[in-house]
Amino acid sequence: MAANPSRQPQHTHVYEPGQKLLQRSLQFGRVLRANGIKVTSSQVMDFVHATQHVGIQDRRIFREAAEACLVTRGEEREMFEIVFNRFWRSKRILDDTDQQPNYADPNAQQVEGMEDAEGGEDGNAEAQMGEGAEGMAIDEDSGDGELSDPDENDQLESVLTYSSSEALRGKDFSEFTQEELEMARILMKKLKWEIGMRRSRRKVASSKGRFIDARRTMRRSLQTAGVPLKISQRKVKMKPRALIVICDISGSMDRYSRLLLQFIHTIENDMARVEAFVFGTRLTRITRVLKKRPIDEAITRVSKEVQDWAGGTRIGESIQQFNHDYARRVLRNGAVVLIISDGWDRGDPQLLGKEMMRLQRSCYRLIWLNPLLGSPRYQPLTRGMQAALPFIDDFMPVHNLESLELLADHLSSIGDTRPVRRQIPLEFLNARMTAT
Amino acid sequence: MSQVLEAVPTLDSVEAVQEALAGQKYVADSSLATAIYLSLKLPKPILLEGEAGVGKTEIAKVLSAILQTDLIRLQCYEGLDVSHAVYEWNYPRQMLAIRAAEASADSREAAMGEIFSEEYLIKRPLLQAIEHRGKAPVLLIDEIDRADEEFEAFLLELLSDFQVTVPELGTMVAEYPPIVIITSNRTRELHDALKRRCLYHWIDYPTIEKEYLIIQNKVPGVNDRLAKQIAHFVHDLREVDLYKVPGVAETLDWAAALMAMSQRELSSEVASSTLGAILKHQEDIQSVRKAKLDDLVAAASNGS
Repeated sequence: MAANPSRQPQHTHVYEPGQKLLQRSLQFGRVLRANGIKVTSSQVMDFVHATQHVGIQDRRIFREAAEACLVTRGEEREMFEIVFNRFWRSKRILDDTDQQPNYADPNAQQVEGMEDAEGGEDGNAEAQMGEGAEGMAIDEDSGDGELSDPDENDQLESVLTYSSSEALRGKDFSEFTQEELEMARILMKKLKWEIGMRRSRRKVASSKGRFIDARRTMRRSLQTAGVPLKISQRKVKMKPRALIVICDISGSMDRYSRLLLQFIHTIENDMARVEAFVFGTRLTRITRVLKKRPIDEAITRVSKEVQDWAGGTRIGESIQQFNHDYARRVLRNGAVVLIISDGWDRGDPQLLGKEMMRLQRSCYRLIWLNPLLGSPRYQPLTRGMQAALPFIDDFMPVHNLESLELLADHLSSIGDTRPVRRQIPLEFLNARMTAT
Repeated sequence: MSQVLEAVPTLDSVEAVQEALAGQKYVADSSLATAIYLSLKLPKPILLEGEAGVGKTEIAKVLSAILQTDLIRLQCYEGLDVSHAVYEWNYPRQMLAIRAAEASADSREAAMGEIFSEEYLIKRPLLQAIEHRGKAPVLLIDEIDRADEEFEAFLLELLSDFQVTVPELGTMVAEYPPIVIITSNRTRELHDALKRRCLYHWIDYPTIEKEYLIIQNKVPGVNDRLAKQIAHFVHDLREVDLYKVPGVAETLDWAAALMAMSQRELSSEVASSTLGAILKHQEDIQSVRKAKLDDLVAAASNGS
């Protein structure tokens, strides 16, 4: 259809959208919004107007028009594509009975896809569209001007919004089916990832500030003949903390690691400063690789780059490598460190304890996420976990979507006060470890 | 720029730069000399990265001495803003001027106009560098990694145009664009946009021979054998698993310390008691003292 020359004039003519297209467009806006894409009403109106100009024949152009009107942030493009493909997926997407293929009607001239169906044969258009054609088919079956299948559309909306995802939220990641993984991915994107703020050394103008803004005060005083009647103020500017994610991708974490990488990718898109590392037997920095979109490509790249995918685990050595090579570069200004691991360590637990102590001292908050912690019977008894535990500020589960929500909550609540940390001499710990 | 090169006509080749640096007792390998030569020729800011204490800041000092021009230094820190880097109005003086105008019944309007004149402007390093008269100065922007992203973004603008706008006074353009040297300890990654505008050079730890030359140049009166031993010892020490690897600055400190203790040769006892001059972490000092000190001293004595 792309080669159809008769489509050329469609950009110049104005195609009045039928009631159907209008309704569907508005619904599309709602579904996008429900899936976390910030769409304003005026954007939806723009989209409706745009459909008048580009028509609905060429699916690709239609999608591009929708994207241009409705997507304002690069990160949203991936989500948009998922929603678009599901929402406008059927060949019978549009039921637009207002629009009869009638060449006598100047408005209809643009419905190029219909030109072969001049006789107005219902089946004709459909058959034409049915062959994987790029066009957006116009459903002629129903003449009542309502949605072709309201049930199906409701279902679509609920599938996309996952309002009934309670069961999924509590399910362990390791038991997910392929389809559920896909859903989890969408749900993850809907979570709001924010991290606590820190006081920066910068100040911004504010009427509630504690500091005098000398420059503004002076300028304003000129209006009152040099008498500073009003004192302008400044306050400390708050900035989001940096987040460092160190994720275990060794064999024992295999069931979780892909989804967790996806999770890292998601928060990386949401937050300004995220550094990501993975380790099995050694540490690899993947921040730049993960910046690639789309996510599947990024994960493939990561697995190519990381040699020891699903191999053994040496947590101690990996943390040591982090402390040596990266800590000084990425742990600035009260960073929050997330370690994601089940704590199965084949290395030296004493080394792990020592390096964890150092890591805890050089970051603002050290959070250990353990997928095993989701099981009520789990006890952190492995030698690695035992060695690391004294130096962890927060020990949290990460086995289902609910635990991710918990984490999102926790990250956003990290405030200005440090957790209470007891200084434990390392020798004491080592002695205790060898005793047990 | 061209005027600078005319004023110091010797810097017309990489070798000349290297020689000039050596003349100032700065031992530079040819890659660094090339980078400096190019930054003068193109002209482009030069971004020097390297571990702490490998002589990044020193280059700016040496270069200003070679070119016989002023060194203007901006030490970066988090929250560094325009009022500390470029200019600020002298508020107390402005207030006094207003009071004085009131008392002397001068035209108040005139006083108001006057307090935003150059007389009341406090010029900070970047504005000084742009306003510099007579000769292009060397502008050292030290430890840019300590400043925040906002300042880095501001710097982009300055480095491309070498001009500053003071709203009350207008735009000031540099008559002689300064020779810009930016240093970074790599405590964070710099933005690609800044890197793109600069020539980049990574200063590594020196080789044994180079470090020996540096010690000889910088520590007057040092025993030749001791200098060799120190260079060898520090070189081996950098291979040891340490939290903070000593830089050249620490080497020189240590050499001076050993001189002060009138040592002619390295010995385990004295090395152990002066280890604090090169190692700055308790864990590092302990692990070196416990396990490797004797081996290191022996290797240094044999190797040189």
